[in-house]
Amino acid sequence: MLAATVNSETIVWIIASTICLLGSVGVVGSRNPVHSALSLVATLFGVAVLFVAQQAYFLAVVQVIVYAGAIVILFLFVIMLLGVDSQEDVWFVERRIWRRPLAVVAGAGLAVGILVTILVVTSQVTGTPSADPPSSDFDVANLGSVLFTKYVYAFEITSVLLTIAVVGAVVLTRKAKGAIDLDEFPPDPEADPADEADPADEADPETAAATVDEVAR
Amino acid sequence: MNQNSYLILSAAMFSIGAIGVLVRRNPLVMFMCVELMLNAVNLSFVSFSRSLGNVDGQVIVVFVMVVAAAEVVVGLAIVLSIMRRRPGANADDLTMLRG
Repeated sequence: MLAATVNSETIVWIIASTICLLGSVGVVGSRNPVHSALSLVATLFGVAVLFVAQQAYFLAVVQVIVYAGAIVILFLFVIMLLGVDSQEDVWFVERRIWRRPLAVVAGAGLAVGILVTILVVTSQVTGTPSADPPSSDFDVANLGSVLFTKYVYAFEITSVLLTIAVVGAVVLTRKAKGAIDLDEFPPDPEADPADEADPADEADPETAAATVDEVAR
Repeated sequence: MNQNSYLILSAAMFSIGAIGVLVRRNPLVMFMCVELMLNAVNLSFVSFSRSLGNVDGQVIVVFVMVVAAAEVVVGLAIVLSIMRRRPGANADDLTMLRG
């Protein structure tokens, strides 16, 4: 009976979902942020495989390029800028002991709620949705035509959003001209702040260049 | 392979991500957990799109990806500027906005 129901998509689903779940647990449970980022890559690849299994080929490609190629690399850039050796003790005893069990209970309750909703709703839906719709409806050309006709305004607004994000990131990470770092220079009432600022410290060229590079992606 | 299996996997990933956001104290890892939750939602969008035979769900996934990219860029810039000011800060230490 099992052999009759197992087809290729089931095998793909089992493998990819195992990768996804293990990667998710790895993201949450790793002490080192770099390990978390690598687990995130594994999860994103698993999701990309599941996209392919559901005929969303374009989204699978975009998933690999944008998420695994750009966003995770951006995470790794920031981890490296902040110092790789900053390990976090994940299972330390919190100041408020009830907080971690409460978080796990809330997450488990969320999972149970979603699962019950899925099972209840999908058992009430009558009519059989087409298991495998004709693939011509799902190719890249159809996705593009819908994106550029029905959703063209939303598409244009996302370009504005990306521009705002780029400007915001640059504004947030650059140091104002003449600003002094309060940690390095404790405030001295007699000194003139403009003279104290170290010119080499103003621009912080490496950080700014890396951020702008990543933003440009 | 029916739609439910994808939805259940999506729910599991979303819940693991939510637990991560609540449990972890490193802002970077919290961002990664948010990405996990967004990916779980993307998966269920694609699953619904396929079972309904409608390509609109995939269009929404494209928009979710764009917004996630923008969110990560701005969020990491904030984390970077905070960490530059106070190295080694975790999410519990960031109480500057508390009144």
